[in-house]
Amino acid sequence: MSIQVRTMADMMAAGESPDILFWVGCAGSFDDRAKKITKALVKILNHCKVNFAVLGTEESCTGDPAKRAGNEFTFQMQALMNIELLNGYEVKKIVTACPHCFNTLKNEYPGLGGTYEVIHHTQLIQDLINTGKLTLADNGTFKGKKITFHDPCYLGRANDVYEAPRELIEKLDAALVEMKRCKTNGLCCGAGGAQMFKEAEKGNKEINIERTEDAIETSANIIATGCPFCNTMMTDGIKHFEKEEDVKVMDIAELIANAADL
Amino acid sequence: MQQLIFGVLTLASFGFFAFNLRKIAQNIHMGLPLDRSDRKADRWRTMLLVALGQKKMFTRPIPALLHLALYAAFVITQIELIEILVDGISGSHRFFQESLGGFYTFMISFIEVLSVLAFIGTVAFLARRNMLKLPRLNMKELAGWPTQDANLILVFELMLISFIFTMNGADEVLQSYRGNSNGFAISSWLGPILFDGISNHSLHILEQIGWWGHIIMVYTFMNYLPYSKHLHIFMAFPNTYYSKLEPKGQFSNMQSVTNEVKLMLDPNADPYAAPAADAVPSRFGAKDVTDLSWKNLMDAYSCTECGRCTSACPANTTGKLLSPRKIMMDTRDRMVELGDYKRKNGNDTEDGKSLLGNYITEEELWACTSCNSCVQECPVNIDPLSIIMDLRRFLVMEESKVPTELTGMLTNIENNGAPWQFAPTERMNWANED
Repeated sequence: MSIQVRTMADMMAAGESPDILFWVGCAGSFDDRAKKITKALVKILNHCKVNFAVLGTEESCTGDPAKRAGNEFTFQMQALMNIELLNGYEVKKIVTACPHCFNTLKNEYPGLGGTYEVIHHTQLIQDLINTGKLTLADNGTFKGKKITFHDPCYLGRANDVYEAPRELIEKLDAALVEMKRCKTNGLCCGAGGAQMFKEAEKGNKEINIERTEDAIETSANIIATGCPFCNTMMTDGIKHFEKEEDVKVMDIAELIANAADL
Repeated sequence: MQQLIFGVLTLASFGFFAFNLRKIAQNIHMGLPLDRSDRKADRWRTMLLVALGQKKMFTRPIPALLHLALYAAFVITQIELIEILVDGISGSHRFFQESLGGFYTFMISFIEVLSVLAFIGTVAFLARRNMLKLPRLNMKELAGWPTQDANLILVFELMLISFIFTMNGADEVLQSYRGNSNGFAISSWLGPILFDGISNHSLHILEQIGWWGHIIMVYTFMNYLPYSKHLHIFMAFPNTYYSKLEPKGQFSNMQSVTNEVKLMLDPNADPYAAPAADAVPSRFGAKDVTDLSWKNLMDAYSCTECGRCTSACPANTTGKLLSPRKIMMDTRDRMVELGDYKRKNGNDTEDGKSLLGNYITEEELWACTSCNSCVQECPVNIDPLSIIMDLRRFLVMEESKVPTELTGMLTNIENNGAPWQFAPTERMNWANED
């Protein structure tokens, strides 16, 4: 079943312009697990009749993993090309479900000539609920469930966004349980700084295993995240402990889409 | 005679301290320029909250309270030091006691109470380090001198406090023989317990030992600071003032790279144009301390090796080689080494060593997840991540030393605009899949 989504090029051809650009990101475009998050968010945006568009095949990596890997050349090549495209479409506001894209677009593009209002999808969803555009159905999906939130480093410490995802979880008919290391003390999933794309250095434990132990300790039924890379790392961690039946790893957008019967 | 000795001692101490401060300033100036002159109000606020108010210490309340006792005692004791200086130069005894009266009694009592708390805190810190063996205070990068340094500082503090109470206690008993009392909160009962029944003459000597012992310890400690991690008591203030105020996730965009990339993307650029006269990009990223910013170097002098960064580091806690504290200690050691070398052999000389390689290994750098835990944890706003990233930049852009898997990722981004090998034309496939 295909999902209805328009590209910036379509809109421009029709003489329209969107209120907000949804920056899908590489994980959201290509990673099978993350694509589900992308679709959940699009369902929410469509349901709320948000006037949005994506860049489609014109989108390209923000350059975040290159920059964190130390290759400033590749980063700036990507950034300057993306900025040219975004400025060409006169983009003003961007939402993304990836904290790495979020951080790069919001903080590192302005210095290179690309200044936009950039928000994380949890902030947008929070706004949709607060303004009454999105109401959650009383469908009992999460009744009696315990949910813990794993703070993505690039959303939390990097950009001080701690409350938006938590407020959304609290709107569900579920209990929010915190891990011993949370918010400013949240432990990394192990994927940041381009680690996602390489083997870990020699040590005595994988970081995602350490983090998954924190999550399992809360006896939560669901580990909620707001980052496709954290999602992968935590999912792998749960598989490591063979707890796939008991603990699900889900993005906030998926939780909300479920709770809203979308 | 005593006044003369005191005067010479004071001048020599301040002179040597100034000499070392100048070296520290020179060493910091080996770093590259970085503009931190903006947002003055925010900077003052950060300094007041983080350095003066110790805001970030209080994420761990018990050590924070013990540290606060030492800190408050240190700051307030400086008031008594004014009197010691005046007495030392003029030969007077408790110069301010008569003129200030009740307020004087209150101030000295306040200092005494804080000193007792500081004594308790110091003993607790010694116990925590040497008996409880707190993991973050017993890691391998602290072996040898750093551990001695830490214990020496605490012993100095115990001596400082002991001398104060010897002085005030002996003075109290001397007063009591004359039917008087200084009325200070602690020494008015501690003095008689320790020294009651001792002859007038011996008490006078004891009082002098306390007075001289205290001032000699103050001068010793002051001149020990430039060689010690304890320098943080001063550096915490400028270091927090010059904190990075941007979001922690924002890494610097390298201007030297922007210039080159813009040239590459500009169809009108003249590829044979001579570089601008002010073009100075000697190298991309950092190999040595001279490639880091002055703020990175100030950070290194501000580190008191508490290890909160390392105990929060996901790489370190899972057994990897990286320790953000070691990054800061290495940076300082290398900076001091190079600074001394250049002062001896001339500013343009090189000693053939570098921070990367002789101190910090590639394995440490590649273990970092850039999660900002170390930056978040540091009670004086040190940014180890910025150094790690600059060293990585050098490895990648100058030496092409990239882990193999990352080479693939970088090639993918350059070829098909994604870290994985998917064609850009497949970017919208998700919309048509189940």
